[in-house]
Amino acid sequence: MSELWKAFLRAVELIVNLDPEVTGITWRSLHISATSTILASLICVPLGGMIHFRSFSGKRGLISIIQTFYSLPTVCVGLLVFVLFSRVGPLGRFGILFTPTVMVIGQMILITPILLGLTISALSGVDRTIKDSTLSLGATELQAIWAIIKEARFAVWAAVVMGFGRAVSEVGCAMMVGGNIRGFTRMLTTAISLETQKGELELALALGIILISLALVINVIVNTIQQRY
Amino acid sequence: MFLIEVEDLYQRYGSKEVLKGLTLSIEKGEVFALIGPTGAGKSTLLRLLDQLENPVSGKIHFAGKDVSNSPKLRLERRRKMAMVFQKPVVFNASVYDNIAYPLKIRGYKRKSIFKKVSKMLEMVALKGYQKRNARTLSGGETQRVALARAMVTEPEVLLLDEPTANLDPLSVNLIEEIILRFNYEQGTTIVMATHNMSQGQRLANRISVLMEGELIQVDRSSKIFNTPGDIKVAKFVGVENILKGMIISSEDGVVRINVNEQIIEGISHRQAAEEVYVCIRPEEITLSLLRPSISARNSFPGEISLVAFSGPLVKIKLRCPFPLVALITKKSAEEMELEAGKRVYVSFKATAIHIIGLK
Repeated sequence: MSELWKAFLRAVELIVNLDPEVTGITWRSLHISATSTILASLICVPLGGMIHFRSFSGKRGLISIIQTFYSLPTVCVGLLVFVLFSRVGPLGRFGILFTPTVMVIGQMILITPILLGLTISALSGVDRTIKDSTLSLGATELQAIWAIIKEARFAVWAAVVMGFGRAVSEVGCAMMVGGNIRGFTRMLTTAISLETQKGELELALALGIILISLALVINVIVNTIQQRY
Repeated sequence: MFLIEVEDLYQRYGSKEVLKGLTLSIEKGEVFALIGPTGAGKSTLLRLLDQLENPVSGKIHFAGKDVSNSPKLRLERRRKMAMVFQKPVVFNASVYDNIAYPLKIRGYKRKSIFKKVSKMLEMVALKGYQKRNARTLSGGETQRVALARAMVTEPEVLLLDEPTANLDPLSVNLIEEIILRFNYEQGTTIVMATHNMSQGQRLANRISVLMEGELIQVDRSSKIFNTPGDIKVAKFVGVENILKGMIISSEDGVVRINVNEQIIEGISHRQAAEEVYVCIRPEEITLSLLRPSISARNSFPGEISLVAFSGPLVKIKLRCPFPLVALITKKSAEEMELEAGKRVYVSFKATAIHIIGLK
């Protein structure tokens, strides 16, 4: 027990002293996950708006499929991206396997269902008359979709934050396509996994505390948004 | 030339036919009211006019053009119209941003937007409210924001779906004034759905009565109220006395009708032996304690069965050879000391009778 306590105190020390290894991994994690979340949001929010706005056959089925993929296993996404970008894969010529770029792509695929599904649910909560009002006031379809997104902006924000939470906390995909290369593709989750296996509990605990703190912050943000609006 | 022409319009939701072959024309600059009970198809017609829905069949021509097949033309047409919905919904933004919205999406410059929005705020009596969040306003104020938002682009056609439903009398008056003023100043064609008959009478040049998806009558408002063409219209516009009878003679435009063994005289060119409905508006009936010596052709005794006060008016139910309802002023009722069981003379002019054929 005293060993564990010592490890915990050492972890806190690493955080407080801004250990270069710890800060480097944390910033890389935030950078990769924030990039994937921003890019996925730029695609999913308007796409979710389009799915919500338009009536087409199979709409319900499509939404069910999107919701099913909320819990898409990260290793499956990792495997898919690995196969696509490996040397012999269809996208192998880009040579981006084991780079932060491919990790961003993997995380984007992973959080797309959450962002899409939660955006559609958020927009469904907007009064239907808003759509009719915007159209009758002369809005184009895109202007009407944008107006509806603006009405549901707080719920859409919550969806984006949830997407970021999923991206920053996943390990399978990052490990498989990033390769956990020190100083290049090593993230919070992959580093925790590796350091634990190596027996470097101080570093693993320090990174774990940061990750849990991040999850806590995200949760507080989502709850605040949901309670206030 | 008519601005809007609707031709054999059908609309269906699932298996329910909401509009059944509607044909009507609306002139430029007129206030045209659609009246009818809830579920008659008024809102559906407005949504079709505003291009928010496509009809199952039939055509809508605007200034002679059918725009249904071109999305570009549909948008162009929609931008010349604006609709205010029964349930006013405003954006979760300031009053100013709400009213400015249609101008922003049309690409107006900031200065021009400010000028137009300020003018509108004054018109709808919301000056000083521009920074308030529109969601914090009262029902009447919210409806005025919705109205200003629709009027700010100075549309050719303003579509209003029950614009004063569920509002207090003061808000109703204010909104009616705004609508009339806008129509007068801008020459905007206004198509308004309402189930409030008196509002239709107050605001509209012409009224169309819609029932169960069918157009029953289109006419000037005074004609709809005084000479309804159909028994359903008569009931809807508040004709409380509808009596069934048979014409026993017809001479020089005066008919004598037997209603429950009481002879009533009216003005009509209908032939003898025809079965008819006799419609008498309650306000056309006068009551007196003594046999009247006035020129009213129809006068007979009756007994009061119910006296119901309603503001400045009193509704009186009478037992004559047939049941009748009269509407008189509170002052008259008090002067004559009218009460249930009292015997009075009931009179109405032959010109006050409107006759509708039974078939």
